[in-house]
Amino acid sequence: MDAVATFLAMGGYAGFVWPSFALTFAVMIGLAVASRRALRKAQRQLELLEQSRPARRARPGKAA
Amino acid sequence: MLTRLANPTRFLRLADRLLPWLGGLTVLAFIAGTVWGLGYAPADYQQGDTVRIMFVHVPAAWLAMFGYSFMAIASFVGLVWKHPLADVAAKAAAPLGAGFCLVALVTGSLWGQPMWGTWWVWDARLTSMLVLFFLYVGYIALWSAIDEPERASKAAAILALVGAVNVPIVKFSVDWWSTLHQPSSVMRLDGPTIDPSILWPLLVNAIAFQLYFVTVLLWRMKAELIGRRVRALTLGLAAREA
Repeated sequence: MDAVATFLAMGGYAGFVWPSFALTFAVMIGLAVASRRALRKAQRQLELLEQSRPARRARPGKAA
Repeated sequence: MLTRLANPTRFLRLADRLLPWLGGLTVLAFIAGTVWGLGYAPADYQQGDTVRIMFVHVPAAWLAMFGYSFMAIASFVGLVWKHPLADVAAKAAAPLGAGFCLVALVTGSLWGQPMWGTWWVWDARLTSMLVLFFLYVGYIALWSAIDEPERASKAAAILALVGAVNVPIVKFSVDWWSTLHQPSSVMRLDGPTIDPSILWPLLVNAIAFQLYFVTVLLWRMKAELIGRRVRALTLGLAAREA
């Protein structure tokens, strides 16, 4: 158990090292999750819209 | 390559093919870099274990600069050649760059307090990095303030290009002005000056951050392209019903 305690203590700098890593991963995971969610939402909206338009005509101009 | 990808459908297909690989590699590189950096890399003889903060601080700062350069180049391509994916890419990159910039600022502060004895100094490196963060925030705010994508993209692109002057200032601030911040020790013309036992885990983490950037960027670009299609379809429906 000693090795774990030494590792967690980070040579007395635990209060600086761990928050740095925690913040980094929190920001990165948060951005990834938010981006995934926005993508899913857009995909669902597109599906709904395409279901509600049975007769699909080719549209002039850009589609996206 | 760029002209071929101008077709959004083709781009989406390529993105879908790449994304599973990119996602998997990102996770693997993260695990390797973090375990190596926290568990196996040696503590510094002067800085002790605080040197481990470098393994997230430095890649985050690099990505904050890379993200802004990417955004500025994409904005330029969008303004000049009207490449249809350029403003989508620039808009998608902004929140990622802002996130990395924030991480670099806060972890730098958490490293500065034990090593320099202060959380913050108004010197060139720290101040120009803070300006970079505000540029990102301004860019994001400009996009959300203007409803029409065509007009928003033009205004935001001009802001991104004007702000690009700050990128070399951040990079060279440690050489041009005296500062508490240490000079570059990896990206130097005469080669890195830090020990390989620390350099390798740092580079692995930098690759992990870069892979993460590309992965999430592609998700965001996909969401934006699909969102624009939804918008076009909704407007089309509304026009037909009216």
